[in-house]
Amino acid sequence: MYVRDTIAAISTPIGEGGIGIVRISGPDALPVAQQIFRTKSGGGLKSHRFCYGVISDSATGDVVDEGMTVYMKGPNSYTREDVVEIQSHGGTLVVSRVLDLVLAAGVRLAQPGEFTKRAFLNGRIDLVQAEAIMDVISSRTDASLALAQHQREGLLSQKIGKVRDGVLHALAFIEAVIDFPEEDIDVAIEADVMGRIAPAIDDLKTLVEGFDEGRVLRDGVSVVIAGKPNVGKSSLLNTLLKEKRAIVTSVPGTTRDLIEEVVNIEGLPVRLLDTAGIRESDDHVEQEGVRLTLERIPRADLVLFVVDGSASFTSEDESILQAIGTKCFLVVKSKADLPGTCVLPGALEGKAVSLSTHDGTGVAELRKAIHHTFVHGHATDSREYVAVSKARHRDALVRALAALESFRLNLEAGVNHELLPIDLRDALEALGSVTGETTTDDVLDLIFSSFCIGK
Amino acid sequence: MIVYEKNYDVIVVGAGHAGCEAALAAARMGAATLFLTINLDAIALMSCNPAIGGLAKGHLVKEIDALGGEMGRNIDATGIQFRVLNTKKGPAVRASRAQADKQQYRLRMKYVLEQQDRLDLKQVEVTGLYLEDDAVAGVDTKGGVRYLGKTVVLTTGTFMRGLIHIGLVHYPGGRAGDLPSIGLSDHLAECGFEVGRLKTGTPARLDGRTIDFHRLEPQYGDENPIPFSFSNERIDQPQVPCHIAYTNQKSHEIIRSGLDRSPLYAGIIEGIGPRYCPSIEDKVVRFPDKDRHQTFIEPEGRDTVEVYPSGMSTSLPIDIQWAFYRSIEGLERVEIMRPAYAIEYDYVNPIQLHASLETKVLRNLYHAGQINGTSGYEEAAAQGLMAGINAALRVRGNEPLVLGRSEAYIGVMIDDLVTLGTKEPYRMFTSRAEYRLLLREDNADLRLREKGYAIGLLPDELWHSFLQKRDLINERLEFLGKERLTPSAAGEDLLRDWDLTGMQNAISYEQLLRRPEFTCQDLARIYPDIMNLPESVRDQLEIQIKYKGYIDRQLEQVERAAKLEDTKIPADIDFTSISGLSTEIQEKLARFRPDTLGQASRIPGVTPAGITMLSIAMKARGVK
Repeated sequence: MYVRDTIAAISTPIGEGGIGIVRISGPDALPVAQQIFRTKSGGGLKSHRFCYGVISDSATGDVVDEGMTVYMKGPNSYTREDVVEIQSHGGTLVVSRVLDLVLAAGVRLAQPGEFTKRAFLNGRIDLVQAEAIMDVISSRTDASLALAQHQREGLLSQKIGKVRDGVLHALAFIEAVIDFPEEDIDVAIEADVMGRIAPAIDDLKTLVEGFDEGRVLRDGVSVVIAGKPNVGKSSLLNTLLKEKRAIVTSVPGTTRDLIEEVVNIEGLPVRLLDTAGIRESDDHVEQEGVRLTLERIPRADLVLFVVDGSASFTSEDESILQAIGTKCFLVVKSKADLPGTCVLPGALEGKAVSLSTHDGTGVAELRKAIHHTFVHGHATDSREYVAVSKARHRDALVRALAALESFRLNLEAGVNHELLPIDLRDALEALGSVTGETTTDDVLDLIFSSFCIGK
Repeated sequence: MIVYEKNYDVIVVGAGHAGCEAALAAARMGAATLFLTINLDAIALMSCNPAIGGLAKGHLVKEIDALGGEMGRNIDATGIQFRVLNTKKGPAVRASRAQADKQQYRLRMKYVLEQQDRLDLKQVEVTGLYLEDDAVAGVDTKGGVRYLGKTVVLTTGTFMRGLIHIGLVHYPGGRAGDLPSIGLSDHLAECGFEVGRLKTGTPARLDGRTIDFHRLEPQYGDENPIPFSFSNERIDQPQVPCHIAYTNQKSHEIIRSGLDRSPLYAGIIEGIGPRYCPSIEDKVVRFPDKDRHQTFIEPEGRDTVEVYPSGMSTSLPIDIQWAFYRSIEGLERVEIMRPAYAIEYDYVNPIQLHASLETKVLRNLYHAGQINGTSGYEEAAAQGLMAGINAALRVRGNEPLVLGRSEAYIGVMIDDLVTLGTKEPYRMFTSRAEYRLLLREDNADLRLREKGYAIGLLPDELWHSFLQKRDLINERLEFLGKERLTPSAAGEDLLRDWDLTGMQNAISYEQLLRRPEFTCQDLARIYPDIMNLPESVRDQLEIQIKYKGYIDRQLEQVERAAKLEDTKIPADIDFTSISGLSTEIQEKLARFRPDTLGQASRIPGVTPAGITMLSIAMKARGVK
C-alpha cells in the first residue's frame, strides 16, 4: 500500500521556547541521523538510548544547534520502522533548519498523519485507534487547508501566482502550436514564450533567495524603514528597540547614516534599518544617506513605509512609494497622537498601521503585522504546518526554478516542440503543490481565450 | 408489445461512428448482435466535416485500428486526400488526417456491417429500455416491438430531443433531413440518469460550380500518402486538393448585422457549445481585432460538387448566410445547397459511467459517443469500440477491458469523462495526455495489438504479421546496441563527416543513432542492410533510440502512479461512513463513485490527504 521510503517531519508544535523534535522514520533513518548528528562521546547511536551531541550541516560543517537524539530500532518504535528523533532547541527557525538538513539528505517530507498511517499499516495500532487518529488528521487537514487559504491571499501566493501565470501562458502558446497546426496561430515560439519565461525565472530566483532559511537564521530578515524626512522613522526604530539609539530631533535630515539594529519580533530575528529621510537635498552627507537608502530597498525583505499621520500624503510620499515599487511593504501612519489625519491613496489603507511612539498606540499591532508578513498564520494549531509548509514551499520553488532553467536550455538548443512542455509542466506541478492548483483545464482555457481556434 | 423471437447478446442503438464500431466489435468477438438505427441509409454518415483524423484524433484512429476496429481501414479505402500534420514537431505529436468521400465512406461501412456474421441490421426507432430489476434486458421501439438483449449499447449522437436552429427558425430534427429521437432521454431521466443539453453546429454546404477555385490557394495532400491502418501498406487512389479562403471586414460587418437574429445571442439556445469549434459569429464577437478568418474549402466527395467550408459554422438566418458566404473572395456568386445550422441535443452525464463505459445506474447498459458529452467521429468511434468490446466481454462473463492513461488516448479520454465529467462537448487534444511521449501514432500497434488479440477481436493473420514486426524491431534494437564502429574500421573520411575526428574508443550503432540529426539513412553507410528493413521498423528504431531518455522518464512516472491506478475501490463501500474524510470529499466520492484510487485522486476537490484516508479505510476493511 505504501512505498517504504524514509519520511520526516517536525513532530512538536513550534513555539518560541522549549524543545523541538524532528522525527525520521524508515530504512534510512539511522544513516541520515548520523550524517547530521554527532554524539559528544564520539560513539554511534544505540537503540533506545538518549545521546547528547551536535547537529551540524555536513556540507558546510556549520553547527546548527546542540541537542539530544534517540534512536529506536524497528519494530520497537511508533511506526515499527527504524525511527530517530532529534531534539533541538525550540523556535521556528532552529527546528526548520534541522528539518531542512534531514530533507537535504534525501528524506521525504511526511504527509500529515503519515507516521500514524504507517503505525496502522504495520499493525502497531488497531483500527479503533487509527480511526480516532484519522479524525485528528482530518481536523489538521482542515487547519492546513485554512492555512493554504490564508496563504492564497497572502503575498507569497500572489508572487507564485504571477510566476504560474507566466509559465501557463508559455505552455498554452506551445500547446496551441502543437494541437492546432492547421489554424493560423500567430506565435513566435522563441520571442513570445521566452518573454513569459524569463521574468518568471527572475521572480523565482528572488523568491527562492527570500526563502533561504539558512540566511534567515544567520542574518534574520531585513526590514528597511523608509519615508520622507521627519516623519518619525528614528522614533519608530527606537520604539521597536525599546531604547534611544538614533538621534531624534525635529530638524529634517537628522539621521544621516544608515542605522542597523537586530531586534526580536515574536521570536523572529529582524534586522531593522533606519534610513536617511528620502528627499531632494543639497547636503552631500544627507545625499549619500538617501542614495544608500534607495540602494537598500530592493534588497530588503520588507519595507516599513512611514508617512506623517498628522499631515497630508504628498508627492514626496508618492515618489517613495514609487521607489518601493513591487517590494513587500507596510505603511506606518506615525504621530497618531497628533491632530490631523493623513488620507492614503485607496489601496494603501489596508496595509496601514496607525501608530504613536509617544503613547505606544499601534506598536503591538505593527509587531504582529511584521511577524505575520514572514510567518503566515498565527493559530497555535497551524504552527507545525507553517514550518513544514515553508520547507515544502522552498523545495517546490527550487524544483520549479530548475525546470524553467532546463526549459530555457532546451529551447535554445532547438529541441522538438513536443519536448518543450515537459519542463513547463514539471514547473507548474511544483508551483501547484504550493498553491493547490492543477493545470490541464487552465491550459485549454488559455488556449481558447488567447487564440481564435475552430475548424 | 410484441416480443421479437431472437434473444441477442448485444443490442447497439444508433448507427453513427460509435454504433458501427460497437456492433462490429461485439459481432467479431462472437456475440449475437443486433444493430438498430432510425435510418439505414445514414450508417456512418459524416454529419459535419468530411474528414477523419487530425491532432489526437489521428492517434485515436490508429488505436482503434490496433485493437481491431474498422475506422482506419474505412478511411484508407475511401479517403481522397491524406496528410501527416506536425512532421517537424516530433514523433509524438505527428498526426494523420484525411479527407473522405462522404458517401463512399458511409457505403463501405454499411457493406462491412452487412458482411459481418452474427450481426442483424434493422431500421427502427428505440423509445425506451426494457428493464429487469436494475439491469437492462432489451429495448422497446416505436413500432411496438420489444427486442431482448443481454446487454445494450446506446449511441444516440445528436438525436435525443435534437432541435435544429437556423436563425430564429427552429424545428425538431436529429440531423438535417433526419427525425429526432423523442422520448428516450425522458425515459433515461426517469431511470436516474442526469440528462443535460449540449449544442454543436455545422457550416453550409456550398455548390462547387459557383466557386472560383483558381482564385483560392490550393492545398494538396502528401506526395506519399500514408495509410491509417496498420494492416494497409499503401494508398493507391488519386488525391484531390482542398482550397484556402479568408473572410474579410465586410464579412464581419454582415455577421454583426445579423446578431440580433442569432439564436445563440438571443438566448434561445440553452445547450453549451464547444469552445474549440466556435461558430463564425462567435469568432467575430470574441476576437474583434482579427481582420480575417481562415477557411478550408473541403470537397465532400469525388462524385459531387458539394463542398464544406470548415470553420464557418453558423446559426445565423439564411439571408445573412447568403450574404456572408458571398462576401468571401472567390465565393462571390456561391450558391448554398444546404444551409448551416446549430443543433441542440440531450446527453447523459458521463460521471455516471464506469471506465468500462457501463453505466453505474443500470447494469449491462453501455453508453458511447455524443451521449457521453463528446464530439468528433474519432472520439465516438473509440468509445463505441470499447463499449462493444466490454458488452461482449460481459456476455462471456469476462472482466472488462479498461485502457490506462499511460496506454492509450482512448484511456485518457474515458478517464477524463468518467472522473471529471464535461461541461462542453469534449474533444481529444494531445495536451490532455500526461504521457504524451508514450502515446504516439507510430507505436499504437505496439501498445494495443496484443490486447486486441487477447480479447479475440484481432484476427490471427493480423496478429502474426504484427508479431513479425515486433520481433524484428526488438532483434534489430539489440543488434544496434551490440554492433560497434571502431576508429580504425571507420577511416578518416567517415570520422570527419560524422564529426568524430579524434574518437578513441569504439562507438555503438545505437550511440550513433542517438545523435539528434543522425538517421538510419546515415547509418546505412556502415550498415547498408538497414535500408532493407520496412520503413515502419526503421522509424521505431530511430524513435525508440533517440527518445529513450524521455520515454524512460515517463515510464518511471507511470510506474509511480501505478499503485493508485491498480487499487480497486470496492463497489459497495459507503464513503459517507469513512471517518476522517471531510463532508465535502465524502459527498464528492459518493457522487462520482470512483472505481480505483487513481480515479478518485483525479476528482476535483479530492485531496491527497483524502486519498490517504480512503486507502486506510479500505485497508481496514481488508483487516476486518
